[in-house]
Parts: sequence; C-alpha cells; structure tokens
Amino acid sequence: MITAFCNARLMDPATNLDTVGTLLTEDERITAFGADVTAPEGAEIVDCKGRVLCPGLIDMRVHAVDVDAALAGGVTTVILQPDQTTIIDSDPVVERIRGRSKDSTAFSVYPMGAATHGLKGEQLAELGQMQQSGAVAFTDCRKPVSDSQIMRRLLEYAGYFNALIVQFPEDKSLAGNGIAHEGEVASRLGLAAIPAAAEVIQIERDVRLAQLTGARIHFSLLSSRDGVEAIRAAKKRGTRVTCSTAPHYLHLNENAVEGYRTFARVSPPLRSEEDRLALIEALADGTIDTLVSDHDPRSADVKRLPFGQAAPGVVGLETLLALSLSTVHSGKVDLMTLLRSLTEAPAAMLGLDTGRLEVGRYADLAIFDPEKPWVIDAEKLLSSAKNTPFDTLPVQGQVWRTIVGGKTLFTREV
Amino acid sequence: MSTHLTESAPYPRADVSPPSGSLFPHKHLLGIWNMDPTSIKHLLDTAEKYVEQNRQAHKTTSICAGLTQINLFFENSTRTLMSFEIAGKRLGMDTISMSTGSSSIKKGETLLDTADTLNAMHPDAIVVRHADSGAIQLLAEKMDCAVLNAGDGRSEHPTQALLDALTIRRRKGQIHGQTIVISGDIAHSRVARSNIYLLSAMGARVRLVAPPTLLPKDIERLGVEVYHRMDEGLDGADVVMMLRLQQERMQGAFLPSLREYYRFWGLTSEKLAYAKDDVLVMHPGPMNRGVEIASDIADDLDRSAIREQVEMGVAVRMACLDVLTRHLREKKA
Repeated sequence: MITAFCNARLMDPATNLDTVGTLLTEDERITAFGADVTAPEGAEIVDCKGRVLCPGLIDMRVHAVDVDAALAGGVTTVILQPDQTTIIDSDPVVERIRGRSKDSTAFSVYPMGAATHGLKGEQLAELGQMQQSGAVAFTDCRKPVSDSQIMRRLLEYAGYFNALIVQFPEDKSLAGNGIAHEGEVASRLGLAAIPAAAEVIQIERDVRLAQLTGARIHFSLLSSRDGVEAIRAAKKRGTRVTCSTAPHYLHLNENAVEGYRTFARVSPPLRSEEDRLALIEALADGTIDTLVSDHDPRSADVKRLPFGQAAPGVVGLETLLALSLSTVHSGKVDLMTLLRSLTEAPAAMLGLDTGRLEVGRYADLAIFDPEKPWVIDAEKLLSSAKNTPFDTLPVQGQVWRTIVGGKTLFTREV
Repeated sequence: MSTHLTESAPYPRADVSPPSGSLFPHKHLLGIWNMDPTSIKHLLDTAEKYVEQNRQAHKTTSICAGLTQINLFFENSTRTLMSFEIAGKRLGMDTISMSTGSSSIKKGETLLDTADTLNAMHPDAIVVRHADSGAIQLLAEKMDCAVLNAGDGRSEHPTQALLDALTIRRRKGQIHGQTIVISGDIAHSRVARSNIYLLSAMGARVRLVAPPTLLPKDIERLGVEVYHRMDEGLDGADVVMMLRLQQERMQGAFLPSLREYYRFWGLTSEKLAYAKDDVLVMHPGPMNRGVEIASDIADDLDRSAIREQVEMGVAVRMACLDVLTRHLREKKA
C-alpha cells in the first residue's frame, strides 16, 4: 500500500534537505520524496499541513523501554542501557532484547552492552560476542570506568571491533557520595556536593587514552562548561570523541533542587547557570553531538524520600523534542542542527541504518509542529512513571504522528 | 551605615500586630532560613520569660496541659532530646520520646509512612531529628501538627541558633553590630548554617574561620566573611562560637590529625587574645577538650557561656513549643 505524506516540510539533516513537498512510502519503505513528488492515484493521502517531517528520532540513552512514551515523543529507536534487572553483559541477554524488537512491528530497541562484567569496572565484558548479537555500543552506564589501565585495555580491545565505548564522565573519588552540584545552593541546603571538576578530570584522562589507543570514545550526559571545553579542544586535535547531554541540563540549573525537590535529582547533578548556557552553545556549534532523554522511570516510592535517599533520574522520552526545541525558539540553535543531534548524529555514531530520509530505507518518521504550544502535565504522560521536573511547564513544539516501518503507530488528535 | 532593621532600630512591624494576628505566622519551625527578624525576636522575647520561670522553685506551668508532644529522633542525641523533653514537661505537655533503636524505620518503613502513622495519633507537636538534609521538611508536608526541627542533616538546627542568639543577647545586650566568629567544621554543621542565617538577619557581622577543607563552596555568598587563620578571624571579635569536630573527619582526609587541628584551629588563650577583652566563648556541645577548645577557656566562667547555652536551650524550646501550639489553646479558650 502506498501512503503519501503531502504538504510536509521535509527535513533531512543528513543531506541538509529542507523543502516543502511530499514523501511516499510503500509498505515499510520510503519510495520517493521531494518538492516535485506527487501522490500517485489510489495512495492514501496524509495532509501534513506544513508540519515538519523528519527521520524518526533516535534516543541514545534510555534505562527502560517505554514504547508509548517514545512514540508520543516522535522517537522510533531507543538504545537501552545495560543497567537492567538482568545486566546486559553477555550475548544471550543482548539476543533476547534484539529478538523482541525484531519480532514486533513496533519500534527498534538496540541494547548497549556492559563494558565490564556486571558493570563492576574490573574485567572486560565479551564485547565481540555482544556486538555480533546486536549490541551497538558498550558502557558501564551510571558508573565511570575508573581504573586507567582497564580503560586503556577496553579502548584498545574495542578498537579491534570498531566498537564505541561510552563513558560516564565523573571522577569517582572526587564525586564521593555527592548528590548535588558543588556551589552556593548545595552549601546552603547542606547537601554533599560534586564539583564540576569531577567531570572534566575524567574527560581529560579518557581523551588521552583515546589518543593513545586510537579508539573511539563517547561521553554521555555532559553537564559542565569545562567538560564541553575539554571535548571541543579534543575534537580540534582530531581525537575521535563524541558526547551527549540531556534536555534537563539545557533547561535547569542547581536552583532546581531548592526545597529538596527530588524530581530534580539527576546524575550528574544540575550545575550552575553558566554551565547551562555553555551546554546550549556547545549544542549549537556541534561540540555536543547528540541529545538523549536519559529516560529513567522511577516510582514515587523511590522519589518521595529525603533528598539523599531518593533515586536519581527523570522521565524524558515524551518531552525530549519539545524541551530541545526551546533552544530553537530562543534563537540559539537552528532547527536543522537540533534535528541532526536527534537523528543522523546518533545513527552515524552507532552505525544504525535509520536516522535519515533515503529512498529504499525503512520509513521511520516523525511529523511534528514546531510551533504548537502545550503544557507538560505529569499526570498525562504515557511513561510508566511520572517523575518529571517539568510538570506544568509551557513548551512549544508537539509531535503529531510517529511512523515506524511505514505504519503510523501514534497520532495525536488535534 | 547598616540597613538592617533589628532590635536596636526596632523592626517596623515588631511592635504592632501583623494582619495575621500573630507575631510568629508559621505553622512549623523548620529552619531560620526565610524567617524574618520579627519572628525571631518574638521567639527570643518569649524565651526570656521562661528563663526566669526555670530559675524559680516551681518551674512547671500547665499552659499546654493535655497537648501531646512526640520527640522523634532518627539520630542519636542526648542533650537536645533531654532539653526538648524537659521543655515539654515544664509546659505541662504529655511528652513521648522515640529514637532510632526502637522505631520502625529499622523495619524498612519510609519516612512518609512513619509520618502518616504518627499523624493518625493526633499529636499536637512533633520534634524531629534526622540525618538527611531536607528530611524534616518532607515530613512536615504530611503532618497536620506543628513540626519542630531538632537537627536536619547538615542543613539546619534552628533551636540551637535561637538559644545561641538568646545567650548573646543576654550577655551582650544586643545581637546587632556584634562581630561573631564561628569556627570549626562549617561544612558538616547544621548549627553553623542556622547561626549564619539568624545572626545575619539580626544584624550581626558573622565571620567563619576554618581550614579550607571544612568550608563549603561559595559560603561567602551568604554574606559572611571567610578566614582561614585564627588570628585574623578572631581579631576584634565580640563572640567566638566553636563547633564540634567529629572524629571521623580524619578518615575523609579533611584533616591530618587532631593534634595538628588543635595547633592551628583549636581555641587557646593565645589565640583568644586577638579577640576583644570581654569576648564571649560559646560551644554547642558536646565539647572535645584539647581538640577544638582548651579546657581552661571552656571552664573560664567569665568568658565561657557554654553552661548558660544549655540553660537557654530549655527556655528557647519552651518558647517554641508555646508559640507553635498557641492557636490550639486559643481555640480551647
């Protein structure tokens, strides 16, 4: 069956295409798109009314597979982190997860494997076997690989498989049992704190190790100005380094934990205002390659606790695009750059065959109205928990349709 | 010229009834942060009355008779718990104390469930100490009755600050304009934080003196002066408050040894000579003699107010319980 998405603003960051036109899909694949494409007779016509049609978003860091939430946020591919109940550190676990998402017509779930056994940071996990089973990258997730020798071996070994190592940049001993950004707010609230230097120290060591070994490295969830500056410098030197951050680091600073709000407890902690502004700038100039939601549903049971005992983490799949678009509306980042960070950039990093508009590819698409205003309502979120610090926040930009393999799996009533 | 409005230049609203009809328009006593000088002054004034009462042969009144006070301590304490218990009993309250060993927090119950359970028993005041910063504020959201903070993680210990303020006011006449040094483990101290807020609000000049490892980041943004050397910090001081140094600070590499700490930051006669002649020495207790304070200073009755602080503690806690349960008694009458 042929479907024609007419009157759409086609945007493809991979080719910098930005034109009003039509995109045709036949069954699960894209068959044609462009300004001069017209719908053939008998095709199902979808009038996009000038909304943006782009490749389905790729979220490189989720801790749980929340299909409904993802689709409502225009996300068609998620990368599952290895910190599951059964830690993803061997090929059978990877296979099971890949198998489940191959069966369904639903969207793709790719696992990241553990970099070390049991995420313990001591012994290398079976990267090769996991990669063959479908793991797209390797990470110890919420923990940094602290031991320099192990990190070096990990990068060297991963280099042989051209596997991507994802590091959580936080110097473990400097971070200690800290739970907030070291600054005035934490000092006043009496919270154990992590200095911003903990991030840049870890980045700088690992950049050196990446240079030493020639391997690729990716830093997840940058939170500080010094951190992005270290990455910027490393990129300039030609190191194969990439990094990500999450929308909450672009929106909030340390003040969000005022009143001991555990919903604003995230790891790494929300930092100062100048860090926040530096992150937006780094997104605009391409230093930050990709935006991730770090989607981590946590029930009230583990959030309604004293700040120090509460679990870190926020849900973010549904709000990923809307929150990120604020950087576009404020004129700091252009729409194409933002979309690149959510589609082509992660696809290229992970070697996925999605993330771009191309004839013959699977039709994983998102259609959204970048101007549409709405208000985030935690209760109405479709994710399995409602732990968002953005409840009642007015945002602009809403997903209208999400298409996976040519099938519309999400439509919002307008 | 100071723009502070304090007891020497009476705060405009201090002597008139505010629209709410109460000089202390708060339901709970969670911290000094955000408390206005009127409220602070009202608590101190009320406490004065109890200081006199506590010195009489008949110390007990029955103004709070029939009201229930629960002391819920998730962290060990002797003096604060005793002080609150005595304060409640002298007001005629039914006082029940519970500390970690016997509470169900050990059975895995969350703080909010504990709060719910206690709330269902309809207490009239609950006094809480907890090791996690912010825990008491969280608990207060669930409670219908007045919640009094008796020590909240590293964040606040308001009754300690109030009793310190009362001690200073009685000894020095006023808080406004005094140069007050707080020295010791500021980073881990809730006493320091509450005192910084209270003393600054009342117009004192607050100085912190501590080794850099025991000072929290950006603390000077709270409007205090920060010193590392005792001789500089103590220069011309009216009041010196020493904080207790926890022995476990050696483990976290905050300090090399107690001996070295005493040499550089322990309060000795030589260091105290930099302060004014009539300097007042204070300590929230319990003291480590020979660590943060020399015995001869602690025991010098002319300069040391350490025993007086304990006495003021009972009076201040009576005042807090009195003020926070006033609305219940008015209803009854």
